[in-house]
This record gives sequence, C-alpha cells and structure tokens, in this order.
Amino acid sequence: MIRRTVRFLDSRAGVAPLAKRALRYVFPDHWSFLLGEVAMYSFFVLVGTGIFLTLFFEPGHARAVYHGEYAPLDGVRMTKAYASAVDLSFRVKAGLLFRQTHHWAADVFVVAIVLHVWRVFFTGAFRKPRELVYYVGILMLMLALLEGYLGYSLLDDLLSGMGLAIGNAVALSIPFVGGNLGALIWDGQFPGGDAFWSRMYIAHVLLLPVAIGALLALHIALIVARHHTQFRGAAKTERRVAGLPAFPGYAPRSVALACAVAAMLFLLGGVVQINPIWLWGPYEVAQATNGAQPDWYLGWLIGALRLMPGFDVTIGSYTLVPNPFWGGALFPMLVFGFLFAWPTIERRVTGDDRYHNLLDRPRDNPWRTAVGAAFMTSVAAVFFAGASDRFYLSFGIPYGPQIWFWRAVALGGPFVVFFAVRRLLTEVKREEETPAPSGFDAG
Amino acid sequence: MRALRLLLALVLALVAPAAAGAADGTSRGRGLFFSGCAECHGADLTGVQADPSRRGADGKVPAGPPLLGVGELAADFYLRTGYMPLDDPEEQPRRSKPSYSERDLRAVVRFVASFGGPRTPQVDLARGRTSAGLKLFVENCAGCHQVVGAGGYLTGAEAVPLDQATARQIAQAVRIGPYVMPRFSERQISDRELDSLVRYVLYTQDPRDSGGWSLEHLGPVSEGIVAWLVAGAALLLVARAIGERIR
Amino acid sequence: MKWLWSALALLLGRGRREAVAPSAVERPRIVPRQESSPRAELAVLALLALASLAAIGFIVVYVVDRLPAQTQLLGLTLGLAFAFLSAALLVTARRLVPVEEISEPYPEPEHSAEADEVVQILDESGERMTRRGLLKVAAAGAGATLGAALIVPAASLGPVAYPDALRRSPWRRGLRLVDSKGRPIRSGDVEGKGLYTAFPQGVSHEELGSPLVVVRVEGQRLDLPEGRDPDLWAPEGIVAYSKICTHAGCAVSLYRTPLYEPTSKSPALVCPCHYSTFDPATGGGVLFGPAGRPLPQLPLEVDDDGTLRAGGDFSEPVGPSWWGVRRG
Repeated sequence: MIRRTVRFLDSRAGVAPLAKRALRYVFPDHWSFLLGEVAMYSFFVLVGTGIFLTLFFEPGHARAVYHGEYAPLDGVRMTKAYASAVDLSFRVKAGLLFRQTHHWAADVFVVAIVLHVWRVFFTGAFRKPRELVYYVGILMLMLALLEGYLGYSLLDDLLSGMGLAIGNAVALSIPFVGGNLGALIWDGQFPGGDAFWSRMYIAHVLLLPVAIGALLALHIALIVARHHTQFRGAAKTERRVAGLPAFPGYAPRSVALACAVAAMLFLLGGVVQINPIWLWGPYEVAQATNGAQPDWYLGWLIGALRLMPGFDVTIGSYTLVPNPFWGGALFPMLVFGFLFAWPTIERRVTGDDRYHNLLDRPRDNPWRTAVGAAFMTSVAAVFFAGASDRFYLSFGIPYGPQIWFWRAVALGGPFVVFFAVRRLLTEVKREEETPAPSGFDAG
Repeated sequence: MRALRLLLALVLALVAPAAAGAADGTSRGRGLFFSGCAECHGADLTGVQADPSRRGADGKVPAGPPLLGVGELAADFYLRTGYMPLDDPEEQPRRSKPSYSERDLRAVVRFVASFGGPRTPQVDLARGRTSAGLKLFVENCAGCHQVVGAGGYLTGAEAVPLDQATARQIAQAVRIGPYVMPRFSERQISDRELDSLVRYVLYTQDPRDSGGWSLEHLGPVSEGIVAWLVAGAALLLVARAIGERIR
Repeated sequence: MKWLWSALALLLGRGRREAVAPSAVERPRIVPRQESSPRAELAVLALLALASLAAIGFIVVYVVDRLPAQTQLLGLTLGLAFAFLSAALLVTARRLVPVEEISEPYPEPEHSAEADEVVQILDESGERMTRRGLLKVAAAGAGATLGAALIVPAASLGPVAYPDALRRSPWRRGLRLVDSKGRPIRSGDVEGKGLYTAFPQGVSHEELGSPLVVVRVEGQRLDLPEGRDPDLWAPEGIVAYSKICTHAGCAVSLYRTPLYEPTSKSPALVCPCHYSTFDPATGGGVLFGPAGRPLPQLPLEVDDDGTLRAGGDFSEPVGPSWWGVRRG
C-alpha cells in the first residue's frame, strides 16, 4: 500500500527524488539544536489554540452590561471584548483550557526563542554563510514580542489596558513623529477609537501570524539550503555534515519533541492559572491597580521605564524628548540593533570572513562569549529592575536603593562580566588543547 | 457602736475606689495604657512631639499622635491588628498578633473610647453585593492594595496585603485611614456601600481560581518565572533526553 | 474473555515479522538492519495504550458537565496523552527504528559557474537597449510613483497630522465635578485625608481628560507655582489634578496621606506603574520617579452650596508628553 501511494504521488507530482533527499537529509544531532524546534512547536500550538479562540472571542469596544455566570462582575459595564473573554473562561467548555494554553504557549514561545538565540550566539552559528538565517530569526523575535503584546491587550482587562496606555505613551514619546504616530495608531487620543481595536485584532489574528509563519518558512528554507551547522567531531568537518537521517532517525524524535511541547503547554494550561482576567476587572481610563506588569518578555521595558531618572528634554516650555522614549523606544532599539549588527561587528573586529559550518563551543571563543555574557548582564539587570516593587514586598529591600543598584549593574556590570568571563575562558582554553581554528575560504 | 461604724468606714474606704473603678470600667485600661502607650501618645492622650534628646536606650525617639476623640473605632482596630503597640515610631506599623489578651484589649479600648470618638461601623454582609464592592475597590483601593488585595508598594511605604483582614477591620480601616491610607467618610462611601466593599475584600481572600494554581494572584511576574523555571527547564531536559551530546 | 487472551498472546508473543520477501533483484540496503527489541515494543505499546486512555479521559471529562476543577482535569488528561505519546515516540526512535549516523558533504559554498551565467544572462539581456541610463531613470520614476499611488490610500487610516487631537480636554469653566456615579461633589465632602476621583458632569468617563483626583491641602503647606492664584486654583485648600500620569498614562490612583506626618512621609499622589510621585501642595510637582512633567492642575470654583465646579481648563495638556507639547 505504501508502494502504491508513493508511486501515485511520484507520477502525479514527481516527488520521488525530493522525497528521497528529504527522507535521508542529515540532521546534526546535538540537543541544543532542538531549541528552535521547541519554539516552532509552541508556535503551532499558538495557532491551533488561537483558531479555537477566534471562534468565540468578540473583538472591539462596543459596550455591554455583563449578566453572565461570574457573580462579582454582574451588572458591570464592560466592552464586548472583555465580556466574551470572561464567557470563554466560564461558559465555553474547555474554553479556559484553550485560553490558558494559548497564553502559556506565548510565554514559552519567547522563552524558547531566547534560549535558541543564546545557543546560536554563543556557538557562532550566525557566521557566514548563515547571516540571513540569523536576521530572519531576530526579526521573528521582534514580531513575536509584538504579537504577544497585542494578543493579551485585545482582552481589554485592567492590566492590559494599563499596558496599552504605556504603549501609547512610548509611541508619543518618539521625537518629531511621536504625537502623530500615537494618534495615528490609536485613531485619536488614548484610549483610542473603534478603528484601533479592529486593526489590533486583525494584526493579531491574521497579519502577524502570517508574517511569522512566512518568516519561519524562509528561516527553515535558508537552513536547508546551506545545511545545519554542527559541532566538531569524528566525521564532522567543515566539508562533511554527519548526523541522523530525517527518516527513520530524526522524525520520531522531532515528533516526540512536538508532543512534549504540547504536553507541557496543555498541562500548564489546565493546572496553572494564567491571566485570570475576571479577577482584574475591565479596563477604565480612570482606574489602575498596583503591581501591574506586562507579560514577562516585555519586563525589560517596564524595567527600563522605571530606571530612567525623571526628566523630559525641553527647550523653554517646549518638550522635545519625553521621558518614556529612552526606556521604551531607544533601549529596545539599541538591543535589537546590537543583535542585528553582531555578525558584522564580529566579522570586522576579528577579521574573520571565512565560511563556518562548524560551531564553536562557548569556551572556544572567549571574546564572543564574554561580550554575550556582558550584554545579557545588562539586559537581565533591566529585567529585574522591572520587578523591583515585588522584590521590596517579598524581601524587604527598599525600592529607591534598588533602582540605584539595578542602574549600577546595568551600566557597570557588563564591564566586570566581560573581563571576568574572558579571563576565565582564556585560562580554560590555554589549559585545554586548542583545536585548529575552524572555517575555510570558499573557492 | 463606734467600732462598727469604724469598720463600716474602713470597708467602704477599701471597696469604694474599686466600685468606682468598676462603675466607669477604665481603671484597668488606664493602667495598661500608661504602661504600654503613654510613652508615645502622652499620659493625657495629647500626643508626644519627637524630641531627640529623649532618645531611649533602644535608640528610638518616642513620638505619637494625640488619641483624644479617636474612639473605639481606632483603638479596637490598631490593637486587634497588632499595628499598635509600635516598637519604633519611625517604622511602618506591621500586622502581628495582638499584644494584649482579649480582656486587657477590651479594657484599653474602653479607656481610650471613654474620651469620645466614633464607633466601629456595623457591617451587614448580606446587604452588600460583591460586584458593587468590586467597582468601589477598583476605584478607591486597587491603586495601593492591588486589585485582589495582594498589597503593593507606594513611594516610601507599603500598602499591606488584605488576606488577613476581618470584616470589622476592613470597615475600620476605611473609616480611619491608618498610616498613609486615605480616609473614606460616610459621604464618600456610605455604610451600605461599605457592606459591598467588605464583601468584595473578603472574596479576594479566596477568589474563584478556575484556572488552577493561582500563583498568589501576583500576575505576569510569577507567570514568567513558571514559564522559565518549569516549562523552560522541563523542555530543556526533554531536549537533552532526545538529542545527543558532544562526545 | 477469549478475545482478551488472544490479544494478550499477540502482545506478548514474539511476533517476529520476517522482512518482506526479497524481490528477484537483491538491492543494496539503504537503512541498516538492526536488532529488534521486543521489550521496547512492549513499552511502546503500553505507552500508546496509556496515551489512548488519557485521551479518552479527556473526552469523558469534556462530556461530563460541571465537574469540579474541570479545566485542571482537561489539562491533565490532554497533557498526559501528549506526554505518553511523546514517550512512546522517543522509545520508538531509540529502539524500534534503526539508529544510524550518516554523513554527506555540505552544499557547495558557491556556484561560481552558474552565478557567472546568471550575471551573463542579465547582462546579455540588457545589451539590446541603447539608452539604458535614461530607461532606468524612467522606469524608476514610474515605479516610484506607482508605489506611492498604492501607498497613498494608507492616509485613509487617519489624517497625516493631528495637531489638536492630543490636546482634547472636556473641561470648561462651570462644569460640575461629579463622582463616578454622577453625584456632585461638595467642598465639605473633601476632607483632609480624603481622596476623590471626579469627572465632568455629562461627559464620558472614557476621555483621557475626564478623570481628576481631588484632595484637600492644608493651608500652610500650599505653595502653588507662579501665576496660580490660590483663590482660583485651591479654593478652601481644595486642589484638583488630572488623574492621568504625565509619564506614561496610567491612572494616578495612590494617595499617600499620613495620619501622623512627623513619623511618615508627606502627602503625595503616586502612580502605580513606575511610581512617579507628585506633590499636591506645589501644583503637582514631581517628587520621585521618571515623570518629566508635573500633573496638570484644574482651577476650581466653589458654589454657594459648596458644589465644586471647574474654573477653566487644565494648566497644561493631560497625559503623557509628546514632541512639542507645551508645559503650563
């Protein structure tokens, strides 16, 4: 029967040569190469659960009075968006499971991407000829952050509403164009017109998922075109790649990983509560709650906003650069700018313009590892600063001194870490037998 | 006859002060107040101005507001929550076990109340509606105490979590405005509205957590920790189980 | 019962499948032959059975209505189903299919011959044109203008410039201050330690400029900026500020108001997002935090019966700053 199917497909679509190559495509087999797949499978769960949610969610700012099952909101005026999310949580069977799984999948999606980017960075996988793969990947990371932000903001609960106010402030703070940009996106003054809500919905359920999906396909196509990198080993050289064949070796492992990701996400989605919007209540412009936070992957932005000293750049009584610009716009631009520029920076500084199919172990390249560690120190410090109120409440560390501490670590920490890590790894490298430098020149 | 009269006088002399004390019921309270509270609030309840030259052996300078006219409302609130007695006037009062036995506590409260002032409002939970309480709480309280009463930071102080507050204490705090909390009078939050507000706060102590483990309702910070330390760690382990290592 | 025994026999029996009978021509093997592992097969069967049970469990929990902790049970059953399936696949990958390491050459880093041919095709195709430069300019012009034409409808999203949209405020002189339920606020209601949220009567609460915080400042602490007459800006010591933080737009809903000031901090309005702290006694000046602009203040009038009314519009635009916004 298999023979008949294969013959049929080959005569109708000519797939046999492609299928043969695909089945025996070589997958270098290190466990750290699976992190990108964890992200990809999280994305699949996002799309699947997301489709379910779109069948029940009512976007938009039309108002209604809630008379549903959840008594503490009975008689409260709220948007249809919020009401339908509450109904999804309580009235739709398995609705809360899918809502929570979808949200956990978004959080885990970005965790996996970050782990994957760390692996790619610290092993030098972004080097020639794979710079394009890397750029597409960083672009996907940016889109994933935006997609997540839009997703939880659609529900119009108190926490995400406050988050949108801050997003609006960051848009407004961009010099020259900020005022118009903020009013354009929000269809007027915050909290925005009806057009803002429908555009946000379409961006989240159609435009961004398609963009991420297309970029993902491009990312994988580029990897296949140049083949995956590998660590040095027996039979593993710059010229020959070794590993498991796609079939029957790699396929069951990859599907096993997919099932494990789905298992983790559905388990979390059922057992650990996330974003209990019925407890937060609907968003109103005049209301706020203490301890409001964005989802974890935007924690660096709330940290940056809190760390900035309080000044607007002004001339006389005219404001030129409002305060949120530095933490909310410039800081992420610098971080992503660094990530995009890194392959070029490394190439210029090391003068290494060779092809690399072999990966470095992090300790093989003390300079790059030290730079990466220093960079992460700064970003992590800003992240933790975002939770400084929580640290105060849980551990009693006073808030004001904490802000100064995180500023010091974010600005000065990288230098300390850079020198310490480089020193340490250089020592380690000297003690080990140094392998021949990798890479080769084409032609 | 004369001896009998003397004896009667003696008995009366002994019993009278106690009888007088029992009649106005504050002598026990007065004694406790003087030993436990007067150092900061003044023996005459008119308060004590901070005077660095009067720094105690423990390094703390006694200071405290006047208590004339604070009434049973404040006395009962502060003593039952353990906010008072306060060790260090410079520190924010913290909830703790009451320092007094029930009997002593009532005595001190009676003493302070004898100088006049408001009583604890009567809370009738049946009259209140949780949804009305939610609206009131988000408007007036969530900014400091967090929308489900988990507490929060405000510059220079802490808005305490409300998980241990009783109905009486919630009503008392609203009417007092303790420490740096605003005070909400009957004109702003009527007694009826207060019933709803108390109902809501009590609800937040055990809210509907249909989604599973609530992570203490702290929101995205704890969710992020779970995403990294549970999901991230587990999936890393799965990846290691599936893939090879460098030999 | 009989079929149960047969099923068990089938399971446990060493059902060694012979390879498919070799065809007439003996083809060299592609996938190597490796040892079987009946125990691993058993493990996989067991795991698959468990996965099926869990999946059935999910269906059952879904169908049975109103179970307590239904979401948790749904998540557990579905999650376990996937987990068992994952484990089954992993054992399959290790023991039930051949495990091999193969190698192949990396793709050619460059294909200089074909790349040159591509360049040659492009070059030779262009040789027929004589005025190449001019044609390029003309094509670029047409392309750019057509592209612009296609992009221009994006202006339908909204006007290119929003000169006044961000300055909108609903407050006018004479508008009554009301609470969230629409009840007018009287000066006598605003006590020393009280915090009021006020709105303009008859105006949507959803407008950014609508919400106010109204507090009473003790006379001797009042220190308004130049040009703000206390009779207009703090009648009877009552001051009103926009509730929208000038840093990033959250509602300034914290009021730090000491019962006994000598041992705690001075009165201040605090925003819960990034803890910008504003002083109500000095016209909303920033005491702490990242805000760069004071809270806009609203002048007030007090009627004969104590009703609070606006005495005009805000001292400066409400909400977060933008390029060019004027400070009051």
